[in-house]
Amino acid sequence: MEILVCVKRVPDTSENEIEINAEGNDIKRDDLVYSVNEWDNYAVEEAIQIVDRVGGSVTVVTIGSEEDADTLRREIAMGANKGVLISDEVFDGSDGRGIAAILKAFVEKDAYDLILSGAQAEAGLAQTGGMLAAMLDYPFASLVNSIEILEGNKLRIGREIDGGNKEIHEIDLPCVLSIQTGINEPRYVGIRGIRKAASMDIPTLQASDLGIDMRFVGRSAARVKRTDYFVPATGEGAEMLTGDTEEVVERLVDILKAKGGIK
Amino acid sequence: MARIFAYIVHKAGVVDDSAAELAVAAKRIDAAAPVTALVTGFGMDLDAACNSLCASFEEVWKISSEALAYPDAGLVRKALVDILPPGSIVLAPHNTFGMDMSPGLSIKTDSAFVPDVVDIEGCEETRLKLVRQEYGGQVSAHIGCDISSGVVLNIRSGAFKVEECSVANGVVVDHSIDMGDLTGIHRRYIETVEAEMGDVDITKEEVLVSVGRGIQEQENIAIAQELADAMTAAVSCSRPIIDAKWMEKSRQVGTSGQTVKPKVYIACGISGSFQHMGGLKGNPFIVAINKNPKAPIFQAANVGIVADILEFLPALTNRIRRL
Repeated sequence: MEILVCVKRVPDTSENEIEINAEGNDIKRDDLVYSVNEWDNYAVEEAIQIVDRVGGSVTVVTIGSEEDADTLRREIAMGANKGVLISDEVFDGSDGRGIAAILKAFVEKDAYDLILSGAQAEAGLAQTGGMLAAMLDYPFASLVNSIEILEGNKLRIGREIDGGNKEIHEIDLPCVLSIQTGINEPRYVGIRGIRKAASMDIPTLQASDLGIDMRFVGRSAARVKRTDYFVPATGEGAEMLTGDTEEVVERLVDILKAKGGIK
Repeated sequence: MARIFAYIVHKAGVVDDSAAELAVAAKRIDAAAPVTALVTGFGMDLDAACNSLCASFEEVWKISSEALAYPDAGLVRKALVDILPPGSIVLAPHNTFGMDMSPGLSIKTDSAFVPDVVDIEGCEETRLKLVRQEYGGQVSAHIGCDISSGVVLNIRSGAFKVEECSVANGVVVDHSIDMGDLTGIHRRYIETVEAEMGDVDITKEEVLVSVGRGIQEQENIAIAQELADAMTAAVSCSRPIIDAKWMEKSRQVGTSGQTVKPKVYIACGISGSFQHMGGLKGNPFIVAINKNPKAPIFQAANVGIVADILEFLPALTNRIRRL
């Protein structure tokens, strides 16, 4: 099975306090720790496991800049066979439709049986996979938490729905699936593997290499634009307990007694 | 202004809470515009849902087909593409259904798409001003959206407060005839598998000590268990703990896990994503302990402590044991 996984390098929210810059047009990017988007990591692991079972190869693709090539090398160290960076200034400011249009052009250069993406990334949009599938006229399922290969060029997949329940579908190949966390246990990538992939050449494609429909791509084509970041005027928020640990513990114990937390 | 639609989630004839929230959100785009409910389904359940919606929507479009008896996002999308007038404004809930259906619907109707909308600040001609959150709720962003060729908006659950039921005297209009053939779909719904019950029923507990990513390692869950034992409480958790397979799925609080209604909820190393908070009902007293002072949980909590839970929880446990 030929599998494409769309990945993205993002600031790691578990490692960073995210703050807005002085202009309000971006987050403060100095000293941020970046990693591969958590959902994408599960998608790459799933692709590798499928290829281990039925053969084929895993290609990882990202849209970004030269710095993002390291994300692809990390996925290759994990077990992906090939990485491709799509990079061009004309992509700047693209909205979800623009990103999907770029990926569509890339997908159409080759023949993939299965295209995976993470269910969402740092902005919580959860849109790329579904938009890409619709543009390609492929079937799609989101929040996928199990994949079983069936005879006859189809899959049996589980989708996570509310309350921990699972919706089971059969879906024909080729298709696009967006992967939910917890579908597998992504393997640990050792320092040796990363070193080995560090020298790996990552091919870079530009808009002119892909035959992209430019009506959808770039800032001027974007229908959805972020105008600024802001800190919302919130309610009072929590009463913060400060002081040394002993003091805070004493006050918290009193509060818990009053609220029925300690009987 | 284009026609405004709300996609209605319903089950066994009962309309989901999201319907009223979508109606409120729609009025924020244009307070004077009528809102049309879009209801897909089949049989008596569909009729019951449509009839009850007449109380809160000016018009209810009934879309009936046996193939739509289960709300499969692929089939619903196909039906809506046939039925929606060009340039429509469509609101849907940002839940596991909306996330499955709406991105593709926006492409197939050549509309803009904005998911997980938490506020609508108004609409000037064809420019809609919206609010979203990024980075797990750590920052908010204004979004400008060109709706001149239509838009699909996925609305976050709980973001639009339903204060009173706006009274409408709606009529049901059957639009099933506008729908084309629903066969030949390359995705087929088979069944729904219910979640397994666990050893502890966290939905019945009055006090929960809940752990998140901040617990760092599986062995550290014992620290939370010790606190829970000292308080005669149970340990629950947020999603990353389940993804890491450190606890049973039945212990997860959140929209994709259990809905709990404790009196007291102690969130330990939990950032407080909206999916997690969506599983907390009944207005519990929330204590949040997190080493990130920017964690969204501090907005929702009653009492907050900026601390490393691995140091703070044992200190708290020791103090409670001495009571």
